[in-house]
Amino acid sequence: MAKVTLTVNGRTMSGECDDRTLLVHFIRDKLGLTGTHVGCDTTQCGACVVHMDGKSVKSCSILAVQAAGSSVTTIEGIASQGELHPVQAAFNQHHGLQCGFCTPGMVMTAVDMINRHGGQLDEVTVRHELEGNICRCTGYHNIVKAVLSANEEMHGASRQAAE
Amino acid sequence: MGMEGIGARVARKEDKRFLTGKGRYTDDMVVPGMKYAYFVRSPHAHAKITGINVSAAKAMPGVIDVLDGKQLQADGIGNLICGWMIHSKDGSPMKMGAWRPLAVDTVRYVGDAVAIVVANSVAEARDAAEVVTVDYEELPAVITSVAALEAGAPQIHPEAPGNLIFDWQIGDGAATDKAIAEAAHVTEIEILNNRLSPNPMEPRAALGVYDEAEDHYTCYTTSQNPHVARLVMSAFYNVAPENKLRVIAPDVGGGFGSKIYIYPEEIVCLWASKKTGVPVKWTSDRTEAFLTDAHGRDHVSKVKMAFDKDHRIIGLKVDTIANLGAYMSLFSSAVPTYLYATLLSGQYAIPAIHANVRTVYTNTVPVDAYRGAGRPEATYLLERTMEVAARELGVSPAELRRKNFIRSFPYQTPVIMNYDAGDYEASLSAAMSAADWDGFAARRAEAEGRGKKRGIGMSCYIEACGIAPSQAVGSLGAGVGLWESAEVRVNAVGTIEVLTGSHSHGQGHETTFAQLVADRLGVPLASVNIVHGDTDKVQMGMGTYGSRSGAVGMSAIVKALDKVEMKAKKIAAHLMEADESDIVIENGALKVAGTDKTLPWFQMALAAYTAHNLPAGMEPGLKETAFYDPSNFTFPAGCYIAEVEIDPDTGKTEIIQFVAADDFGNIINPMIVEGQVHGGLAQGIGQALLEEVRYDETSGQLLTASYMDYAMPRADDLPSFKLSHQNTPCPSNPLGIKGCGEAGAIGSPPALINAITDAIGVEITMPATPLKVWQALQAAQPRMAAE
Amino acid sequence: MYDTNYHRASSVEEAVKLRSSQDEARYLSGGMTLIATMKQRLAAPSDLVDLRHVASMKGISVEGRKVRIGAGTTHAEVASSSALKSVCPAICHLAGMIGDPHVRHMGTIGGSVANNDPAADYPSAVLALNATVVTDRREIVADDYFQGMFDTALEEGELITAITFEAPEKAGYAKFPNPASRYALTGVFVAKGASGVRVAVTGAGSNGVFRATDIEIALSASWSSDFVASVAVDAGQLMEDMHATPEYRANLVKVMAKRAVAMAG
Repeated sequence: MAKVTLTVNGRTMSGECDDRTLLVHFIRDKLGLTGTHVGCDTTQCGACVVHMDGKSVKSCSILAVQAAGSSVTTIEGIASQGELHPVQAAFNQHHGLQCGFCTPGMVMTAVDMINRHGGQLDEVTVRHELEGNICRCTGYHNIVKAVLSANEEMHGASRQAAE
Repeated sequence: MGMEGIGARVARKEDKRFLTGKGRYTDDMVVPGMKYAYFVRSPHAHAKITGINVSAAKAMPGVIDVLDGKQLQADGIGNLICGWMIHSKDGSPMKMGAWRPLAVDTVRYVGDAVAIVVANSVAEARDAAEVVTVDYEELPAVITSVAALEAGAPQIHPEAPGNLIFDWQIGDGAATDKAIAEAAHVTEIEILNNRLSPNPMEPRAALGVYDEAEDHYTCYTTSQNPHVARLVMSAFYNVAPENKLRVIAPDVGGGFGSKIYIYPEEIVCLWASKKTGVPVKWTSDRTEAFLTDAHGRDHVSKVKMAFDKDHRIIGLKVDTIANLGAYMSLFSSAVPTYLYATLLSGQYAIPAIHANVRTVYTNTVPVDAYRGAGRPEATYLLERTMEVAARELGVSPAELRRKNFIRSFPYQTPVIMNYDAGDYEASLSAAMSAADWDGFAARRAEAEGRGKKRGIGMSCYIEACGIAPSQAVGSLGAGVGLWESAEVRVNAVGTIEVLTGSHSHGQGHETTFAQLVADRLGVPLASVNIVHGDTDKVQMGMGTYGSRSGAVGMSAIVKALDKVEMKAKKIAAHLMEADESDIVIENGALKVAGTDKTLPWFQMALAAYTAHNLPAGMEPGLKETAFYDPSNFTFPAGCYIAEVEIDPDTGKTEIIQFVAADDFGNIINPMIVEGQVHGGLAQGIGQALLEEVRYDETSGQLLTASYMDYAMPRADDLPSFKLSHQNTPCPSNPLGIKGCGEAGAIGSPPALINAITDAIGVEITMPATPLKVWQALQAAQPRMAAE
Repeated sequence: MYDTNYHRASSVEEAVKLRSSQDEARYLSGGMTLIATMKQRLAAPSDLVDLRHVASMKGISVEGRKVRIGAGTTHAEVASSSALKSVCPAICHLAGMIGDPHVRHMGTIGGSVANNDPAADYPSAVLALNATVVTDRREIVADDYFQGMFDTALEEGELITAITFEAPEKAGYAKFPNPASRYALTGVFVAKGASGVRVAVTGAGSNGVFRATDIEIALSASWSSDFVASVAVDAGQLMEDMHATPEYRANLVKVMAKRAVAMAG
């Protein structure tokens, strides 16, 4: 048994778990944040994507003890005061989700992708960047649309702020 | 159409919870005292169980109990069943072998459940499962349907000699044979329809909670049809009487057919909860899903299509062998029969059709409905045959199809179905124009200059949705009726709850069903809530599959709304001292036509509940229920065109464009309909290019048991799609809608394979992987060089 | 996953010491292969020694043509390193094709090279670049390092601390991914440098990464993709699985080599 303390969505949180406990199970079972999902066993589907120290990672392939001391952001942590994050809003507006199961991972992936590319995203890049996230419902068409739209929104907004 | 009513592109009401991580799926459920299950499964495809020793496992840390099939049998839990009776052509009933929720003496596929371990954590349960010793006496296994029918093949169920479940036929054999004999041309082709794993992203899960004080069970489960689950678990599996069993299907992460069926795990979790005295939760992992979720397709067919000298089809003869796996799953018998062979007329006027279907047992996971269920098999068979015929006859694929299109409705096919409406020419023309079919030759020449092989292919599909008229399906062997129910509750403040027997697991019912109510009553969308997925809340319903929620589920809501509206008008007429026939409902108010008298909707609702001043004899309250039984199937149809470019060096296919032109009848929310098509296309493209379940044909081990080996379509495998609609309203239901959930998966595979074979000049089977395309090109090369 | 004990090391010395204290201990770098393998219960280390917090194993340094990549450097860091891009863009290109963005944020070059998965990308680069595998106790040249599938020259408890190489004059990498897993069905790294032309193939060999010497000879004679016409690749030594036959892989070796040469320029 290990005591794991980490910052989740800006709050310090702790819990006891086996050393073999995966970060995703720690988040879901110990912290009660069930938005992060498990969809495969082989680090491929991306339903479990969270941000660890600012980078997107697959929480199904990291031990909770590995994440101790780090700062983790989950899907529950990106909207602010009831206001959807622009990526969440774009997924809603463009129907980028159906059953919703892959959605938290998709959204966390899109946020990371948009942050890393500094506004330079096109359809080919978005599709390539989605390699680690599997969706069975949408055929990706509207996910790609939503990511491009959110990218526009976020970088357009930052350009405006700079002006 | 209002801003939020029928036809509006309304953003989904349910999205916020999914986007913020607040969706509630079965595995998210936590109840006090809950423990975790892990199943001991057969590592063999076929074996006798000679002994099970659980003592070491019971002594492992954290273990509550380990239970096996003998205990389950002793407690009277029944066999799993197939709910659709099919009779062979000799009149004998289908031969259903026993399917125990936990195997007792024989295991019949790799993954067959043998025992359940309940422990404090999943990890501890799995640790203990590894030390359960099961003694097996291995038996020879048979994996493919063709091999299963061979003399001397391993016998899988004593009830089904020669592994044959039924040998069924439809249509007029003599007339078809005569047409073939008299034909100017006969196209013969063998069609393989590959085996697929549905792969909803949420794996199956079940949480069984037994309440000893009430002798009552609650089952949270990943179901597309919780009421059917309750009915079957109660009536056939003896888990508990219906009034003692509540089934809740909360948010469900996709189904595609695979979550229609009642599987062993939910039954065993409920039973184990009573046995152990603790709530028991099981969540499948992905490998378990590949091993145990019902697969789809797996047909081998021989086809003869006969043409007269004018290229009109005069007969179609089909001989199909369908692999149903080790046990007969809930609707498995209906898929390769009434959901398949009844669509073999396609969009064409074919005077004589005959199909023979043999279904067989093999040592593989059960096969049942997967998105499209039978119709993709029929469409692939027909549209591949049409393409090959066009090439043999030297006519364009469009011309051959146009020549044979059904052009007047209603049209009675020789295989039961009566098409009520359609305009196949409209979709074909729209698709060809969207794809710039006429410009293809130039594009092909350009690609050739770059060393690439371009091809173009089309597919004209028709399918049957809105299942189904209860009496009709009953006469064909269905064990249930396929109506739907709705209850519309107007609250005292005028807000509305609609309780539906349909179940949404991605289809957006919380939005589209509310749009219908908003459209009818002129109330804001936000004031309408859709309730579904809980047998304690919702009256009996039949669930969601076969694109039935719109055509059948919403029609039930229409009927209930009719009753609500009638009563509301009576109340309004009474309060405004007007004639009931003069009352109109507009913008959330009841008005007396031609006057300025108006009564807000909420005041009428309040009046219904205060009951201070109601028409004489009227009951208080405003809540109406309706059951809707469709009068016919609905017939969505369309034309899909794929254009591909193949890299001859690697065999890789790139989709240059994919055009879908569909007729879904009237549309409630175009954005959601498009989303359904996108998803269906991705699954159809997956079947055509990437996906295939493969077993080792000797050992019966599943070779594609994870995403390492089963190729799921990813974003960079797919293009953006070009969609359009050419709608002819459906005359068979009040909303004129046909259904859109499966079309994409039905129409797309043949379009792609037609395009690929057009590009490479040789035949190929699905999935057309780079390896297979490259091999086909290599095999063709010497011949091409010789020509 | 079976039970295990986690340890976090903050220096190479501490890591080696922790690792040697238990027979069944394993180093844990990014964990993108090891954790996945443990989840499937195909590996059961008694102890894990986490290397992610060993500062000396991180970072990329480029001095002239001399390149040093700390073993703990992630694929994402390699893919986006401008210093590396200026001397050897091919290795950045390769790193950017490993797994997916999330895997690249965790997975490391040291972990990949230590594991030597027959379908991993990095082994081909290390071999073709004639790189040196630097460990806590010695330096191993690439030709001696790779000894077959999942097999390397590493001794019990030996820890890779860095990969070093001389940046080549030209290099390129082309990969044909497995349609399901996206690992290399065949990947070819070509390099032309001080040690001549070297061509390494991953994903295809039935004994892991290997040098395609016939292609090397042809490219040494003339650095051009025309070599394809004259070189035959022997399918006899190539892997067979459900995704590819040896013959198909032999073809892919040529096609990917040709594309890698084209990319190298």
